[in-house]
Amino acid sequence: MTEPVLSLRSATLSFGDRELWRNLTLDVVPGEFLAVLGPNGTGKTSLLKTILGQQKLTSGSIEFLGQPVGKGSKRIGYIPQQKLIEQGTPLRARDLVAFGVNGNRWGLPVSSRAVRRRVDEVLEAVGATEYGSVPVATLSGGEQQRVRVGQSIAGDPKLLLCDEPLLSLDLHHQRQVSELIDEQRKRLNTAVVFVTHDVNPILGMVDRVLYLAGGRFQMGTPDEVLRSEVLSYMYDTPVEVIRSRGRIVVLGAPEGYGVHDHLEHHTETAPQ
Amino acid sequence: MSDFWGQIFNFSDYGELLVLVHNSIIAGAILGVVGGLVGPFVMTRDLAFAVHGVSELSFAGASAALLLGVNVVTGSIAGSLLAALLIGVLGTRARERNSIIAVLMPFGLGLGILFLALYKGRSANKFGLLTGQIVSVDDPQLLMLVIISLIVIAGLVFVWRPLSFASVDPDVARAKGLPVTTLSIVFMILLGLATAVSIQIVGALLVLSLLVTPAAAAMRVTASPLLTPLLSVLFAVTSVVGGILLALGGGLPISPYVTTISFLIYVVCRIIGSRKTTRRQVTA
Repeated sequence: MTEPVLSLRSATLSFGDRELWRNLTLDVVPGEFLAVLGPNGTGKTSLLKTILGQQKLTSGSIEFLGQPVGKGSKRIGYIPQQKLIEQGTPLRARDLVAFGVNGNRWGLPVSSRAVRRRVDEVLEAVGATEYGSVPVATLSGGEQQRVRVGQSIAGDPKLLLCDEPLLSLDLHHQRQVSELIDEQRKRLNTAVVFVTHDVNPILGMVDRVLYLAGGRFQMGTPDEVLRSEVLSYMYDTPVEVIRSRGRIVVLGAPEGYGVHDHLEHHTETAPQ
Repeated sequence: MSDFWGQIFNFSDYGELLVLVHNSIIAGAILGVVGGLVGPFVMTRDLAFAVHGVSELSFAGASAALLLGVNVVTGSIAGSLLAALLIGVLGTRARERNSIIAVLMPFGLGLGILFLALYKGRSANKFGLLTGQIVSVDDPQLLMLVIISLIVIAGLVFVWRPLSFASVDPDVARAKGLPVTTLSIVFMILLGLATAVSIQIVGALLVLSLLVTPAAAAMRVTASPLLTPLLSVLFAVTSVVGGILLALGGGLPISPYVTTISFLIYVVCRIIGSRKTTRRQVTA
């Protein structure tokens, strides 16, 4: 049996008397792709914060590589939501990737030849070589997220945490960036915890789904969890899950719930 | 008319004057290095307004020191460290920070004016705190400025890489385990010290021309994280040393010379920078 990268034991998180999740027990093994789904405000981002040591559990325990989680870790790669980097920021794509390799090291930002070679390798691996020396601020959203994926894998992480990395990307780039993450996971055997409100772009890659809603959670393969009975139970109201042309559409979930947010995109033909 | 220009640019007895102020020129160059190195961080951390706020409290500290007859540089440092820490601890979010600065700044300036009004000494000293005076700084104070500058430079060199990471990409830096909050406090302390020493040359009102303009100019022409501070230092040193050299004969304060040189460099960089952007758009 492989040692889990991340393991939670009876983890409970509540704010005041509002409980986000209770008794969550979970092991994520190397190379596993776990999608964390659910509407806003159910503790998806709080789960990431807990893994990063920025949020304390109310009870239970959480370990990363067999140790209680600390305040972040060099062994974690983190891909945030796409946020435009301000125009004029003195930072090129390759510098962002270099931070992933040695951003923790003290001293002047002079990179050794080994680091420069590593940065070139990573840029190549994520297909960003051609804009390596371009200021990050001038890149498009899709290009920036590509570089972000590079940054996250540059330090040979054991775990990739993705916090809605596809948000505000168009369908074409959503697919490209999620495929890139999946490719790197397989190549490096890295565990992936992927927080998203829309499972469709990553449906073919996901091993397991952790679904958070209404203070409850369900865990299993997408086929086990993304079913009308399961979601109706979680939402406490009749919800219908429809599968159509390899995509999942959820109907009737209380508002704020995401999968069907992208319904309107489904009629568009995705660019090839 | 020629009288007017003769007053601004006067180079008679220049050689003798140069000997008299050569210590000031060396100190000015070192202060230029400090301003040039701090600047890119001020820009990426969006602290230009904070610099102004810190400098007003630094001015209050310096004028209190003048009134009490103690070392002006010490007073200036005390004021700016206090302001920098308050802004750093209370203003973690940009909006909060701006309102704290807006509250502190007039308070500091008001205190400073009060202390100066009560001060009975030479009025040149009073004016100097607001608009710059390096040539009149005496040798022990000059030495103190140089020592503090060296501390700031050493501190910046030590934290450079993690500080840049935390400045441009704080979420990922925190996830990677960097002490982002501590780094930000450390930077505010270094910024406070840099402001206090810069005030001695260009004065409290014009500090931005040393701590912001050179970096803003550099960032117009390059996005390299290595070239940006190098150019910024070059621009800041040129402004300070050039300002001292031009001001020498005329008996006017050096700050207008420094601010004008630094402004002209910025204008030139902006023109070069806009040419560069258009070219990229055309080729893209």
